[in-house]
Amino acid sequence: MNGSTVIFYLLAALTLVSGLLSVSTRQIFRAAIYLLFSLIGIAGIYFWLNYQFIAAVQIVVYVGGIVVLIIFSIFLTQQAGEKLLKQKIGRKIFSALAVFCGFGLTMLQVYQNTFYESADEPVNTGVSDIGRKMLSVTEGGYALPFEVVSMLLLAAMIGCIVIAMRSPKRITNNEQGTSNDELNKL
Amino acid sequence: MQPGLYHILFISAALFFIGVYGFLTRRNLITMLMSIELILNSVNLNFIAFNKYLWPGKMDGLFFTVFIIAIAAAEAAVAIAIIINLYRSHNSIDVENAEELKY
Repeated sequence: MNGSTVIFYLLAALTLVSGLLSVSTRQIFRAAIYLLFSLIGIAGIYFWLNYQFIAAVQIVVYVGGIVVLIIFSIFLTQQAGEKLLKQKIGRKIFSALAVFCGFGLTMLQVYQNTFYESADEPVNTGVSDIGRKMLSVTEGGYALPFEVVSMLLLAAMIGCIVIAMRSPKRITNNEQGTSNDELNKL
Repeated sequence: MQPGLYHILFISAALFFIGVYGFLTRRNLITMLMSIELILNSVNLNFIAFNKYLWPGKMDGLFFTVFIIAIAAAEAAVAIAIIINLYRSHNSIDVENAEELKY
């Protein structure tokens, strides 16, 4: 058991334990922090697998972006120190049962299947190689999915603005003194 | 024992079902979103592991992971915009209180 193996098991334990705590804790802020550690553990596994670019993207986008967004939305929507409601024990038991059965079935399939590990020479996965491949329009390039994702990001950005914007009708009604509750009844 | 493909598949399957458990038991929209993030991350881990061990000469899994991360970020942003809008009109982000589809 060498150092690399020990590091792998430490990262796996970090990921799984903090993931489990993230879905089981009753304080929503702690759930967000445990999610952060779980995502960092996954980034560590990417580093362990020698995919440095993906690990960096994982840290920048997930740890630096999505978790911060989630924490801000918790601040905006949650009263301080308020715990989440307790769930019915029956729902918990049935969910755990379904999850255990699904996990068992999946692992059974995985271990019964034989994967033929390839002995190909691994390609370079440096940033410049990835960038060149992503923007190439020749055979095996990824320019088309790149464009599709950029269109999707644009659509999501416009959608966010439209959703978060208050409708003009509601604003004028508020100015006339109509409360939101009365509007909701209409 | 040197960790290999099966170990990573075990981690990603466990993470996926942890996410599913959270999705089934939680009733708060933000925590449900967190469970979805866990599920997406397990999928990314699977893509990377298959790329690394089964097709090391190609970069398909890597690019799928990059695109999934981009889509997950967009999805999280839209979902949080919806959640905050829902909180404005209902003063609650519990799914039990969000049964009407309009306003």
